[in-house]
Amino acid sequence: MIGRRIFLGAAAGAALAARAHAQAPAWPAVRERARGKPVFFNAWGGDERTNAFVAWAAERVRAVHGVDLRHVRLRDTAEAVQRVIAEKAAGRESGGSVDLIWLNGPNFLAMKDQRLLFGPFAERLPNFRFVDVEGKPATVVDFTVPVEGFAAPWRMAQIVIVYDSARVPRPPRTMRAMLDWARDNPGRLAHPAARNFLGATFLKQALFELAPDAAPLGRPATDAAYDAAVAPLWVWYEALRPHLWRRGAQFPDGGPAVRALMNDGELDLMISFNPAEAAVSIANDLLPRTARAVGFADGSIANASFVAIPYNAANPDGAMLVADFLLSAEAQARMSDPRHLGNPSVLDLARLPPEESRHFRDIPAVPGMPSPGELGRALPEPHPSWMTRLAADWERRVLR
Amino acid sequence: MLRSAPALTLALFLGPIVAGLAGTALPAFGYLPALGGHAPSLDPFVRLFEQPGLGRGVALTILSGFAATLLSLAVAAGFCAAAYGTRSFARAQSFLAPLLATPHAALAIGFAFLVAPSGWIARLISPEISGWARPPDLASVNDPWGLALVAGLALKETPYLLLCLTAALGRSDVGRAVTLARTLGYGPFMAWAKIGLPRLYPSIRLPVYAVLAFGLSNVELALILGPTNPPTLAVTIVRWAADPHLDLFFPAAAAALLQLALVLGAIGAWRAGEIVLARAAARWRIAGARGRSPSPWAGLARGALAINFAVAAAALLVLALWSLAAAWRFPDDLPSAWTLANWTREGPRLAAPAGTTLALAALATLLAMALAVACLENESRRGVDGRRALWALYVPLLVPQVAFLIGAQALLVALGADGAFAALVWAHLIFVLPYVFLALAEPWRDFDPRYARAAACLGAGPTRVFFAIKLPMLLRPLLAAAAIGFAVSTALYLPTLFAGAGRWTTLTTEAVALASGGDRRVLAVYAFAQAALPLLVYGAALALPAWLHRNRRGMR
Amino acid sequence: MSGLTLSGVTLRLAGRTLLGPLDLRVAPGEIATVMGPSGGGKSTLLAFLCGTLDPAFAAEGTAALDGVALTGLPPEKRRVGILFQDDLLFPHLSVGGNLAFALPREVKDRAGAVAAALAEAELPGYENRDPATLSGGQRARVALMRALLARPRAILLDEPFAKLDAELRGRMRDFVFAHIGARNIPCLLVTHDPEDARAAGGPIVRL
Repeated sequence: MIGRRIFLGAAAGAALAARAHAQAPAWPAVRERARGKPVFFNAWGGDERTNAFVAWAAERVRAVHGVDLRHVRLRDTAEAVQRVIAEKAAGRESGGSVDLIWLNGPNFLAMKDQRLLFGPFAERLPNFRFVDVEGKPATVVDFTVPVEGFAAPWRMAQIVIVYDSARVPRPPRTMRAMLDWARDNPGRLAHPAARNFLGATFLKQALFELAPDAAPLGRPATDAAYDAAVAPLWVWYEALRPHLWRRGAQFPDGGPAVRALMNDGELDLMISFNPAEAAVSIANDLLPRTARAVGFADGSIANASFVAIPYNAANPDGAMLVADFLLSAEAQARMSDPRHLGNPSVLDLARLPPEESRHFRDIPAVPGMPSPGELGRALPEPHPSWMTRLAADWERRVLR
Repeated sequence: MLRSAPALTLALFLGPIVAGLAGTALPAFGYLPALGGHAPSLDPFVRLFEQPGLGRGVALTILSGFAATLLSLAVAAGFCAAAYGTRSFARAQSFLAPLLATPHAALAIGFAFLVAPSGWIARLISPEISGWARPPDLASVNDPWGLALVAGLALKETPYLLLCLTAALGRSDVGRAVTLARTLGYGPFMAWAKIGLPRLYPSIRLPVYAVLAFGLSNVELALILGPTNPPTLAVTIVRWAADPHLDLFFPAAAAALLQLALVLGAIGAWRAGEIVLARAAARWRIAGARGRSPSPWAGLARGALAINFAVAAAALLVLALWSLAAAWRFPDDLPSAWTLANWTREGPRLAAPAGTTLALAALATLLAMALAVACLENESRRGVDGRRALWALYVPLLVPQVAFLIGAQALLVALGADGAFAALVWAHLIFVLPYVFLALAEPWRDFDPRYARAAACLGAGPTRVFFAIKLPMLLRPLLAAAAIGFAVSTALYLPTLFAGAGRWTTLTTEAVALASGGDRRVLAVYAFAQAALPLLVYGAALALPAWLHRNRRGMR
Repeated sequence: MSGLTLSGVTLRLAGRTLLGPLDLRVAPGEIATVMGPSGGGKSTLLAFLCGTLDPAFAAEGTAALDGVALTGLPPEKRRVGILFQDDLLFPHLSVGGNLAFALPREVKDRAGAVAAALAEAELPGYENRDPATLSGGQRARVALMRALLARPRAILLDEPFAKLDAELRGRMRDFVFAHIGARNIPCLLVTHDPEDARAAGGPIVRL
């Protein structure tokens, strides 16, 4: 009986919140339908800090919404996309095995293009009204592709150069300077293979700097535009490659692998998609205390991570509740906290009511965190077709 | 009911393999209407052969598979020759079982922790001996030649082949024949090469083929230790099969068939090599060369096996150290700060995959035991010879997993059974059953039938004889088989990945996923737990009958 | 018709006749002896009577116990006890457990029956002993007691003394024959030791 009364009370509270937000009339029903059911959250499991954050979120949504969030740790986000595709091929139009999926870029485009996504739902989430849509356009345009409500943003990412200040007092802040630095310090810089997101981003960042004209990068890559844009990139890359870690013959698996190499002292320089990489990793003994982060001088690629719901998800209601929780001030503040993830929030903090913005007040200043000035300007992601082509092209060159 | 046991067993574990191979072959030739492949075509193969790096990946696959098998066989057979009848032979036996119970993935992760440029070995010799203040830029794991992969494979396959050789030795009088040859003046190595090995080899032929097939097609070791750029064929297949670009499924299926052809071709080539070698050796055997005594090879074989055991033990130790490390920077010999936090923090998240691992292994093992015992009991009651089915038992160990798992996954999805726990148990059963059966067959067939007859003449019906006499008297081999089945299930990576549809994670899938980089301390926790679970079960399987029969000398 | 009756018993293996046709009647309390060289099918004959004949053998003829045909009955329903050359005490059970295993279900005072049998075997208080720790003679006595506790209506002896040393053999023979005689059941002994046949005192069949 007591349990039922708490349940009714919680439902009533949700109803009040929903009335305040006219866009989501069915929200209490969503909450009620989702209660007690599992939500299979398919998210890349290669980073322990993110895994710990998901585990914390699971605890919170269980406490707040009674939703049973289960993290399906992926080696590669594509695994989950593939599963949805396989289910569609097999005619499973409902009761699918993936409820919520962390994605962006090509994976999002592939699912959106093939109509594999549930929605639009993002604007229905009560917390979506606090998202900084104007200040952070990447929250509604993913790699130049309009999201159109088929995915909800949950964290911001921006490329930074992470370096060991004890060994590299003045890190190179352009790709051209990085080549000179690598010549002087052979074997101390690595990037993941281009099939990895971070590896491809390393190439995209270089493309922004080296392409004769950056404008075509915002449009789908045509053969002509591609060839013209990448020619200087490959000249630069072929010059750089012999000076990379393992002479550019082997490449680490992904971001965490690169970080582990840097922690062991094999590397002096790497790139990361998290401005707080140095700060968070120092706090967790994953990087030397002398690690620091800085943005590229002419701007660094930035994007947002999204969560989306497959069209055949078994529990879309629970998935929406989780997506909404990820947008809550509580979750966003924990995510921005360099003791946990340190990613910039997707929210506009000024828009938060005081009782919500208090969550952000407890975030401490920690060593290794770049100032906004050091972080520099944010660059948009190029259209996903550029990344696909770059990765394939890189593979052909390196495996030749 | 007992009569249908062999047919049921064969259907249960060969059925999915046959169906899965068919499910792989159709898209490999372009036919899979659900994905838009309506007409048979060779296009998937054309695309496969256009892939950059395919040729080198295939060459690496073949080289590492053959090298690992040859190395393992040479060391195992060499050790038999060098040490049979000595105390070190008996001592080696006691190391075999725990080493075999340790999952491949955990050993490989520990091995990488040892030999990486920033690994424990480099830390121990730095900076004093090596002069390295920081790790050298040296490809000692994931090397482009696959040497680390070969070493990782041999680490586990050498003890396996040695166990097979020991078992074959126990069933034959080869030991006496070798002794006889030595009284005729042959050195120990020559006696083995000319008399021992030729007689033993036929009974370890299938295990050798299984080792070869595993070396050519395993995924988890290649992910952890193998070359990355390009990787071996099996890794490429798994990567393509998981790609969001749907149409990569077709070349992935074609590559899976190529993998199958590769394994079958390799086994054929190995067999041809056996025949050629046997012909060449026929004259050499009777030419009279006695060899030197002591043979220079003996020390090498003993040394190689000793290194094998030492490396395996050190791999487990370094996992334990890392799991307790707070900070361990290069070139410190040991962690500079110790903590239990890795365990307390990971513990709660470790619980679910550990529970799944345990339940899965227990169920698959129980089912496999029930089926194997039913088959063997049917055999012994009806007096049929089940040895002819031996090849069938080896099918799951010879056919590359990925070749039928790709098709089987498509079938499971079509049936709506992907991610069902039962499907996962079934997938594990396919691989657990052969090992359990092989472990039980010998003791079952060797069981003195007069005990059962004596019990029957005392008025006990077949059921009572089975439960009151046969099962308790065979308790030790039953528990040993259970421990083996448990260890096999615990170690399975690819079947869990495909049949579990990501919904079920085990310690193995978690450890392999974490092995792609990141935090060594967390990875060490998972890998150590993965190794500890089957070792604990193995210990229990050893201790339980010893305790139960502590007052029964006849049961020792 | 009481006692054990064999009529026209013939045993073949792969078309070759091993034994027979054999006709034999063993009265209650009588110990008949079948003698012959090893490999002559003596043990096969006993397996035929017990119902544990390997399917590879073909058998003709009938065997009856107290007028009831044995052929066709499963071994546990025949109530034909047997003692082998080896004692075949179950190694996982205690001495008492071995004896209790043989006791028919309806016996209520099982501990008492086991204790009485042990006293009879001159091994009082041996209930909890591990059979592997007994001497050869002790084990043979326990094996006999075990066979008798199952209350057989006939007993077969398959060279039960062959593995005992000469001194023990005589004593054991007396012990076994005395106890079987006391049960007043037919007994069939196969042996190649003429001493055994002489001591048995019953009819002798030579194969």
